Amino acid sequence: MGFLIPEMLSYFTMGLYFGGTLLFLLYILYRSEVISKISLLVTGLGFFSHTAALIMAMVSTGHAPIMTFKGAMSFFAWGLVLVYLVVGLKRGLEVLGAFILPLAFLSLVSATLAPHETDSIAPVFQTVWVHVTLSILGTIGFAVAFVAGLMYVMQERLLKSKQFNVLYFKLPPLDFLDSLNQRSILFGFPLLTLGILTGAVSAQLTIGSYLSWNSEQFWALITWVFYFVVLVGRVTAGWRAKKAAYLTIVGFAGVILTFVGILLKNQQPLSPL
Amino acid sequence: MNIIVLGLNHRTAPVELRELLAIQDSRMGEALGRLMAYSGIKEAMYLGTCNRVEVYAVVEKGEWGFRQLEDFLVSTHFSLSSEDLLPHLYRYSDDEAIAHLFRVSASLDSMVVGEPQILGQVKEAYELALTHRSSGVILNKVVKKAISVGKNVRTNTRIGEYAVSVSYAAVELAKKVFSNLKQRVVLLVGAGEMGKLAAQHLVNQGVKEVFITTRNHHRALTLAERFHGHAVPYEQLQSTLPKVDIVICATGAPHYVISKDDIEGAVHYRMNRPMFLIDITVPRNIDPAVKDVDNAYVFDIDDLKAHVGHNQEERLKEAETAEHMVREEVGSMVAWVRGLEATPTIVALRKKAEDIKQGELEKVFNRLGELSPKERAAIEGLASAIVNKLLHGPVVTLKSEAQSQNGFAFIEAARRFFELREREIHSGEVQLLEDETGDVVGEETLPQKDGV
Repeated sequence: MGFLIPEMLSYFTMGLYFGGTLLFLLYILYRSEVISKISLLVTGLGFFSHTAALIMAMVSTGHAPIMTFKGAMSFFAWGLVLVYLVVGLKRGLEVLGAFILPLAFLSLVSATLAPHETDSIAPVFQTVWVHVTLSILGTIGFAVAFVAGLMYVMQERLLKSKQFNVLYFKLPPLDFLDSLNQRSILFGFPLLTLGILTGAVSAQLTIGSYLSWNSEQFWALITWVFYFVVLVGRVTAGWRAKKAAYLTIVGFAGVILTFVGILLKNQQPLSPL
Repeated sequence: MNIIVLGLNHRTAPVELRELLAIQDSRMGEALGRLMAYSGIKEAMYLGTCNRVEVYAVVEKGEWGFRQLEDFLVSTHFSLSSEDLLPHLYRYSDDEAIAHLFRVSASLDSMVVGEPQILGQVKEAYELALTHRSSGVILNKVVKKAISVGKNVRTNTRIGEYAVSVSYAAVELAKKVFSNLKQRVVLLVGAGEMGKLAAQHLVNQGVKEVFITTRNHHRALTLAERFHGHAVPYEQLQSTLPKVDIVICATGAPHYVISKDDIEGAVHYRMNRPMFLIDITVPRNIDPAVKDVDNAYVFDIDDLKAHVGHNQEERLKEAETAEHMVREEVGSMVAWVRGLEATPTIVALRKKAEDIKQGELEKVFNRLGELSPKERAAIEGLASAIVNKLLHGPVVTLKSEAQSQNGFAFIEAARRFFELREREIHSGEVQLLEDETGDVVGEETLPQKDGV
């Protein structure tokens, strides 16, 4: 039973996130502001049951349930919704939900679809646990940057084509999206850096080598270099605004490919990056 | 005699066409002179704003007059042909022309119903017509009335409250690019009325700094004082661009003052920090190709119109009240204009004299008591002789002068000297007239309502 309840909760959560996603899509298509309140409620409920599921899983296994691909994706989705609830509510930016929630929902779906692995390998060293957590948090930062970039590109196109439709009125100003983009990368990048470092230390401790050049490590390094260049480019070459938006969209597409690659190639429990 | 208007506005013609027809104030004398040179045009006024170009005229024959006004408009710009222009023109005469002018001045025909600028623009157009002596008795009266109707509507309805004017749409658009206008620097190019209004809105939003540049530096200094900003010499326009986030262009120059290269350079220099540009004048002052520059957002007057369109519904109710006020005023104005024909004035004058004569005779007969028929006839004859001799001069003059250039002035003068009211002039046809004016302002004959 202790095993089934988190399972049921996560399906329940998925249903609520799906509902929230649909409602948010309605919200950006129709003028009504009421829809956002309902979808916020549904999302909040989903977040609550999600949190409960994560806590129960943690209690049953004795450690944070992020050591499997499944667990990592679920934690990733949870973090995204948390960011939405904090930023969206604080700034009155319900529209953010229309972009973050589908992403959270899809992550949760991919977590559920992933082959079930018994979470047998308890982390031998604390560094592995730290490595995975940091990497997921870093990825959440890039995901939010991606969402901000996507919204930027949409709003930019609406402004250029002078289409003053419902979406135009609901999307936030361009410079806000650009700064959200930048801040998300500034949040994600150091975490990813630390994640990679702790990963290397863990590798040293477990297999005696910092770098083994497997695909996971390779893509993690590529991702790191990419976002490093994006950050430096903003300061030195003016890669901001539209260019930054496109770059973060491309960057996150790379991150997703890394995830998919890990899922397909490697059925062993591992970290997302 | 007909009052006619020929024109086009934001609903019937695109900005590209409207800007071809714009006439600068400095060339208005020449334009009005050209207009008055057409035979049959007695009075004329040119009303040109960002949103409309209209020529009002008093002409001998309506149909002929329209053709002359068309010819005038076509010849304002060498690249225009009548095929380009005709499909965009509307024509109103007499009652409809007066109703149209009243609606325009009451801001009911504006892009933004209730926007405050149009009243001032009608005043300016009228003053130009006065300065260049193209306005006469009829336009003087009709336009002055239009202005007072406009004021009346503004003070007695809440139409202006809703007037999120076009210039304010600029602020709303700016807020979709910049979340916090308090950190933004604004450059106002030119001293156009709409531009000043947009700048005022931005200053009210608390922008960080305002630069002003106009061709006439003295004017820039005055404006700088008003906006607590800095005047920049016009030659430094291009070098100022990289420093500013928001540009409002309202120069009234007949060419582009900001090119695509200017903005490309500025955005590059700003390391892709976005720029927001509003081109609020007709003809346009910012090359429309600027829209192809990444991170530069340029909007012209038609875009503002599209943006404003969304919250216009609320204004409908107040607009209804205003329409009603306009209709009432049109009725009495039409009556006055009709009275300017010589015959009814003479008839009214004779009737008034006859009424006075009869009244006085009655008083005298009552006082004198019994009189022989011969005595009565003598007194009546005396009264008639005095009245007729007194009236002879004025009537002959009215008849002969009515056909002259100043005819209306004579008729108007006669009506004032003898205190003839519109109603008296139409004493016989009062009922008829009221029915007609009811028709005149009926829904079908009124110009189409604003784009709401």
